Amino acid sequence: MRPGPHFLIRSLDRGAIAFLAVTAAIAVAVPLLNLAVPSSSAFHVSTYLVALFGKYACYALLALSIDLIWGYCGILSLGHGAFFALGGYAMGMYLMRQIGTRGVYANPILPDFMVFLNWHELPVYWYGFQHFAYAALMILLVPGVLAFVFGWFAFRSRVTGVYLSIITQALTYALMLGFFRNNFGFGGNNGLTDFKDILGFDVLAETTRAALFSITCVALMIGFVICRAIVTSKFGKVLVAIRDAEARTRFLGYRVESYKLFVFTLSACIAGVAGALYVPQIGIINPSEFAPANSIEAVIWVAVGGRGTLAGAVIGAVVVNYAKTFFTSGILAPYWLYMLGGLFIAVTLLLPRGIVGSLHHWSALRRDRASAAAEEGVAEPLPAE
Amino acid sequence: MKIQERLEQKENEAMEAFERTLLFVEGVTVSFDGFRALNNLSISVEPGEMRAIIGPNGAGKTTMMDVITGKTRPDKGTVIFDRKYDLARLDETEIALLGIGRKFQKPTVFDSHTVFDNIELALKADRRARKTLVWRETADEERRVEEILKVVRLSAMRDRLGGSLSHGQKQWLEIGMLLAQDPKLLLVDEPAAGMTDAETRQTAELLKEINQEHTVIVVEHDMAFVRDLGVKVTCLHEGSVLAEGTIDQVSTNERVVEVYLGR
Repeated sequence: MRPGPHFLIRSLDRGAIAFLAVTAAIAVAVPLLNLAVPSSSAFHVSTYLVALFGKYACYALLALSIDLIWGYCGILSLGHGAFFALGGYAMGMYLMRQIGTRGVYANPILPDFMVFLNWHELPVYWYGFQHFAYAALMILLVPGVLAFVFGWFAFRSRVTGVYLSIITQALTYALMLGFFRNNFGFGGNNGLTDFKDILGFDVLAETTRAALFSITCVALMIGFVICRAIVTSKFGKVLVAIRDAEARTRFLGYRVESYKLFVFTLSACIAGVAGALYVPQIGIINPSEFAPANSIEAVIWVAVGGRGTLAGAVIGAVVVNYAKTFFTSGILAPYWLYMLGGLFIAVTLLLPRGIVGSLHHWSALRRDRASAAAEEGVAEPLPAE
Repeated sequence: MKIQERLEQKENEAMEAFERTLLFVEGVTVSFDGFRALNNLSISVEPGEMRAIIGPNGAGKTTMMDVITGKTRPDKGTVIFDRKYDLARLDETEIALLGIGRKFQKPTVFDSHTVFDNIELALKADRRARKTLVWRETADEERRVEEILKVVRLSAMRDRLGGSLSHGQKQWLEIGMLLAQDPKLLLVDEPAAGMTDAETRQTAELLKEINQEHTVIVVEHDMAFVRDLGVKVTCLHEGSVLAEGTIDQVSTNERVVEVYLGR
């Protein structure tokens, strides 16, 4: 074997390092400008903006997880919002258990909605969520196990393409209907809210919000490095091979289902972490997060940013969500969904590689032209056949 | 007593024939919605042999390939590889790992990988997901890829994307991928389809070269190409063997002529 750096490190090229550096700078600068700069200063970042950027960072992590499976392996999941929401609910359950006697009904064990429903005992599946470590485990495990079981059946039965997309939609829709029910035990259509503190810190405090923002950026960086390591490894090449020609990959002796299952499960775990970081910053998780439209929106972010580029997914998530924030707060608000749909069509027709994908493509074309021009100068006669 | 002896003798002969085979197909039937794509097909191929399979459209050539590579399960019959593996029970991946490589009718390469990566992915190595995750290229592997690129005449295209190759180059790249797998048996479906005359001749040369170390089954329409190969020919018709022998024997066979020219 050739000696070389660890496979997490060797995957980082200049672009990847630039991406990590920018993210790290934002992770430090935004909280600093929020906490250390007086609010009278022009450089002050308001707490509202910190929360908003935190939301974008969570969406970016979700987009990253979608890009890993869609951009590299061709698995178009239109239900990734389900894994995001499940991670969010796991975090929400922890936060609910932290409320304790500070709730409206002051029940030390039961969350308010259970008291309201006349429940007398905590359901078994709520056990353990008062411990952060347990909740953290569930944030990874619940989306991961669901994705594993779902993927095991789907990939083994060779469900691919649009059929897979449709059943992922059905999956998130079914979960939404389930979580809407009061007797499901997750607060029905109100979901989980009214959070007080996380790990002993007040969730509403400016410092906590700033810290959560930084942590989300760090999670985004870790997620990026993991995805980058995967897609640049031989494993990643096999993923692309599956995307390009699944049957060919199979006849070469690769067990396609194992590859898909691994990457799909990992992607669900990343989406779960994104959801878990989202909930304390937004302050609520309810079944509407499972709405099929949310998952489709997340796919649009990736398409806009550029499939199969990782950094593109992140940029797409931020750009589209910034546009959403901008347009839905003005007179154009009622037309946002038309604009989103129009954006998707425009990107598909005019910029099929997305923002980052097109930049890559143009620079590659320029390089080719430059090298062709250079070769012309020193062209050797081709050997005769 | 005499009958007993004759039976035994027959059995011995059958056993001997079986002992010599690399691929043993017997009595295979495959139906799709009542249509018999393969009808009691029996064929056997010896190690080191190159066999050409010809036959009109719908004769069952591709279905036979599908059965051998595990894409289609036979309704009836036995398919034994290397005298011990029952291919009817295995799936594509397992069969590929046993050492059977397949080239598709329509050239299928990985469009967004470079020519080099295409070959490297096919190179014999541990295929398990957890191994490929931490795998590093070795100098030896790089050398083998270069060697194969030379054999399939694509060394100059090393860094081009698979999708940017011409039709004929894709065919060769796919053959190169088969070589990289280093299979015991290569199934090659219409390698000369869509090629120029010069490319067709080169492809025949290439297959002969490959046949020096591998057993090859070639399905082909192009009679001139089959003649160039100069190997034993099996003609299929309506899912079973119609004739077998040298190209001259087969092409003068009355029934083959009838099937090809219409009655």
